Amino acid sequence: MFVLVVGGGKVGYYLTKELIESGHEVALMEKDRDRASQIADEVGSIVIPHDGCEGKYLAEAGCNRADVVAAVTGDDEDNLVICQMAKHHFDVPRTIARVNNPKNEELFRHLGVDELISPTRMILGSIEQDIPVHELLHLAALGENELELIEAHLQEGSPAVGRAPKDLNIPEGCSLFAVIRDGVATPLRPDTVMQVGDKVIAIGKTECEEMLHDQLIGGETVRG
Amino acid sequence: MNIVIVGCGRVGAAMAETFDRADHRVVILDLSTRAFEKLPSSFGGEAVRGDGTDEDVLRRAGAEDADLFIALTEGDNRNIMAAQLAVEALSAKRVVAKINDPVRATAYAELGIATICRTGLMMDAINAYLGLPPSGIAGMLEPTGHHPGGEHHRHGAPEPAVAAATVQPTGASSPMQEN
Repeated sequence: MFVLVVGGGKVGYYLTKELIESGHEVALMEKDRDRASQIADEVGSIVIPHDGCEGKYLAEAGCNRADVVAAVTGDDEDNLVICQMAKHHFDVPRTIARVNNPKNEELFRHLGVDELISPTRMILGSIEQDIPVHELLHLAALGENELELIEAHLQEGSPAVGRAPKDLNIPEGCSLFAVIRDGVATPLRPDTVMQVGDKVIAIGKTECEEMLHDQLIGGETVRG
Repeated sequence: MNIVIVGCGRVGAAMAETFDRADHRVVILDLSTRAFEKLPSSFGGEAVRGDGTDEDVLRRAGAEDADLFIALTEGDNRNIMAAQLAVEALSAKRVVAKINDPVRATAYAELGIATICRTGLMMDAINAYLGLPPSGIAGMLEPTGHHPGGEHHRHGAPEPAVAAATVQPTGASSPMQEN
């Protein structure tokens, strides 16, 4: 696979190294010349010391034959533009953007970026997993069709407790597929009865979230 | 009209002043409060310190449903992002983004944003003064399309307000062929 990485900060640097180790063809664009030559000293001539937001340098970097473009600069607006240029002008099949402001996720997805990685949201998710929560946890956004991997921590009072998935009104396009109980993950079958303390893992479209919330969390929404 | 200007440089400040004098409701944003020193003391609009690419900031500044939204910061990508936020999330009716890179200016006009490119404007001004032929780089481009993800509008963002009339000069073809 040919992967074009844009942004030679810490993320771009380690990403490039890992990709090379996995045997992929990689090109890295970094607009800061000093930083670019520093990385080039280590990984060789695959570093392009130019701004990946500029169409002409994207073309020089071979963007039109890239299988994946990963925009991992520290600036959301740059990552958006890189992915949009890759998508709309170089027909790159898969674009990945690093998003710092979680509020930008919806806009980026809407504007055609295929996959979003939000370190902010990941850390937030990690923190929220350690404290009692009364909300759905977003574990990951999955590629196309705006699918999300969601976790619900069943508490006393949840409509799902004492019932099995087949007894719940699970929205279409959504699937409850695993339960974590006492630290052990097992597949959630239609007749598995759920208990207080269960962590239910679901996959579904973003718009199903509200219904899932009603079914698994229930009651009034309280921020954890 | 409700007018939002992002970036209080020379152009932003002067436009804010002009619109304000014409009794429009003007909000101007900049990351630096010092930038607002360019506004006259008589300025009756609102000057908001904040990031014009942050949806929350724009909303708080009252940018929702703006009749006119102009992104004039020094960063092409910041202008692009602010403009797309204005169209997609804030339902702005008319949006203009300054994009000095001609390739990106053309690309985003094709994605539904009116773009203004200083490179083309200045080259043509100088060429005209010297009696030389135009540069072939468009200074102002009207939106000629809209981005293909249009079916998921959150707030029913409008189609580009300006009819799709291209003012692209002959000579500047597809953006990628210019290189």
